[in-house]
Amino acid sequence: MAEIVLDSVTKQYPDGYEAVKDMDLKIEDGEFIILVGPSGCGKSTALRMIAGLEDITGGELKIGGEIVNDRAPKDRDIAMVFQNYALYPHMTVRENMGFALKLAKVDKGEIDRKVEEAARILDLEQHLDRKPANLSGGQRQRVAMGRAIVRDPKAFLMDEPLSNLDAKLRVQMRTEVSRIQSRLGTTTVYVTHDQTEAMTLGDRVAVMRAGVLQQVGSPSELYNRPRNLFVAGFIGSPAMNFLPGRIQGDSISLPIGEVPLGEAQRKGVQGASGDQLIAGLRPEDFEDASLVGDQRDRGVTFKAHIEVLESMGSEMYAYFTTEHEGVSSKELEELAQDAGTAEVPGAEQGQVTARLDAASKVREGEEAELWLDAAKLHLFEPDTGRSLLADEPVSDQDRG
Amino acid sequence: MTRTPREIAAWSIGLLVVLLYAMIPVMWILSLSLKPATELGDKRFIPKDFSLDNYDTIFSTSEFKHALVNSIGIAGIATLISIVLAAMAAYALSRLDFAGKTVILSGALAVAMFPPISIVGSLFNIWRDVGLYDTWPGLIIPYMTFTLPLAIYTLSAFFREIPWELEQAAQVDGATPWQAFRKVIVPLAAPGVFTAAILVFIFAWNDFIFANTLTSTDNARTVPATLAFFTGGSQFEQPIGAISAASIVVTIPIIIMVLFFQRRIVAGLTAGAVKG
Repeated sequence: MAEIVLDSVTKQYPDGYEAVKDMDLKIEDGEFIILVGPSGCGKSTALRMIAGLEDITGGELKIGGEIVNDRAPKDRDIAMVFQNYALYPHMTVRENMGFALKLAKVDKGEIDRKVEEAARILDLEQHLDRKPANLSGGQRQRVAMGRAIVRDPKAFLMDEPLSNLDAKLRVQMRTEVSRIQSRLGTTTVYVTHDQTEAMTLGDRVAVMRAGVLQQVGSPSELYNRPRNLFVAGFIGSPAMNFLPGRIQGDSISLPIGEVPLGEAQRKGVQGASGDQLIAGLRPEDFEDASLVGDQRDRGVTFKAHIEVLESMGSEMYAYFTTEHEGVSSKELEELAQDAGTAEVPGAEQGQVTARLDAASKVREGEEAELWLDAAKLHLFEPDTGRSLLADEPVSDQDRG
Repeated sequence: MTRTPREIAAWSIGLLVVLLYAMIPVMWILSLSLKPATELGDKRFIPKDFSLDNYDTIFSTSEFKHALVNSIGIAGIATLISIVLAAMAAYALSRLDFAGKTVILSGALAVAMFPPISIVGSLFNIWRDVGLYDTWPGLIIPYMTFTLPLAIYTLSAFFREIPWELEQAAQVDGATPWQAFRKVIVPLAAPGVFTAAILVFIFAWNDFIFANTLTSTDNARTVPATLAFFTGGSQFEQPIGAISAASIVVTIPIIIMVLFFQRRIVAGLTAGAVKG
């Protein structure tokens, strides 16, 4: 067990492409950290640099206080779980799990003991003498985990370990991974492109985009105080809605109407470079106006034509399109593209998703009166994508 | 898939034709080898009298026994060296990106395209000068050279099939590159190794040109060359029976070799390594 420190670590390929740019990250001893981002954001490259499978072009990598830049993977004492498991097909489960110990010339009895213990944790005891080919996907995944566990290494590195499992098994293994990690208390770096996995698993989540670390923080921090447009759009499902807005005094004019600014927003706006902003609205910050009750004053109500309504049983998702007055959304779109909204799923301008209570009487194809919680508005600068609120301390409770 | 009786019949006839076409010459030689000298020309497919005289004849002289030892030794050693070198070369070619990779590959192909007959003359002179003429190494070296390209191509195709993650997993597990190669890659490439080994062995075993040109005595003369020097019991007698018997004997190691290795050439050895 050890802490892992990346000090402006950079990866540049011979063709000049920079996969990871100046990455600074300190991973505490025993911490479970998630590297998340869209494909090609450099998260896997970063992991492979920690593993030693990829050379580090610049910067320093420390594991347990020692600089390991030039050490071979075998001398770093780390274990890795690969996306496709990479089990040795000619070895039984027992041999697969004991391979590392055998290479380390550990005593035979000791190997057996450790392998059996790991098998017990992973519920693989009755499969120890089978070959990987005869195992199911979930079992193979557990063998890959077992291979890492038996080593008792300084750190676990996991490269999308659950992405090859079907949805149900993935949720099950997610809990499993979390349970094993907290039981062993081993520093773990986990790479995924799935923000749900990131939010549910990690102590801290590091969001990456185009080789640059965007924000590192606890899941609730990322969710409630995204530092920029990209993080705001990437974290959360369904994704945050983005609308163009123009500051007018103490309120902001959005396509859905005039929205008064809360205290935090007012303070944030002072730091803005222009009066044109991008407003971010989480789907759950909307509600059916008839169900809001005494909170009504905190927000604004507006009418929307519901195009599609999806009922999930416990909640409903209403989709509607907004019309823009005065503000060219095209222009905002282009500006925002550099800031990363282009890579955000479902962030087409004008499309809004609202989460409504299941008790709502809103109907598809009809006009509905919706309510927006103005206090939860996120504001971003269109040219940089920077959040105007990120520095404001907002308690988790307040943000709900 | 179910087949109709008609299809089965058609397939059976087809297979029988192919089998007869391929096997009749071999059967004919077998038949010749079992005939006594006086009945060689009787034009019968099944010999009237079976006799093992011909086999006695070839094994009674030291000539054939030496040739057999030479053949086994030379082909075996050439195969071993060729496969070891080819495995290492193929591994490097399939995994590493280095300058001159394509040059090496096309160079290997160029070597394979050279007709042996075109170099055997100069080789004869060189070998006599450097003292390799009529020695085992004198044959092992050209066999190795001519089989390496084929072995490298076969093996690199197999190595490419092995997921790279397996080596990386081995490296992370604490293996040196050599250990990863020996304990993970080679076992998985075993079908390829055996395929290449069979091809190399057959080439070395069956070669006549080098064996005939670069040897002069029992020292290194292999069976195919020795057959050409068989003489009959008298100058009026054709050594056909002895040659046939020797041909049969010389085929046996190849059959054993193929049967033995075929069991190792099992498909799907990498199944289960990675999620498809």
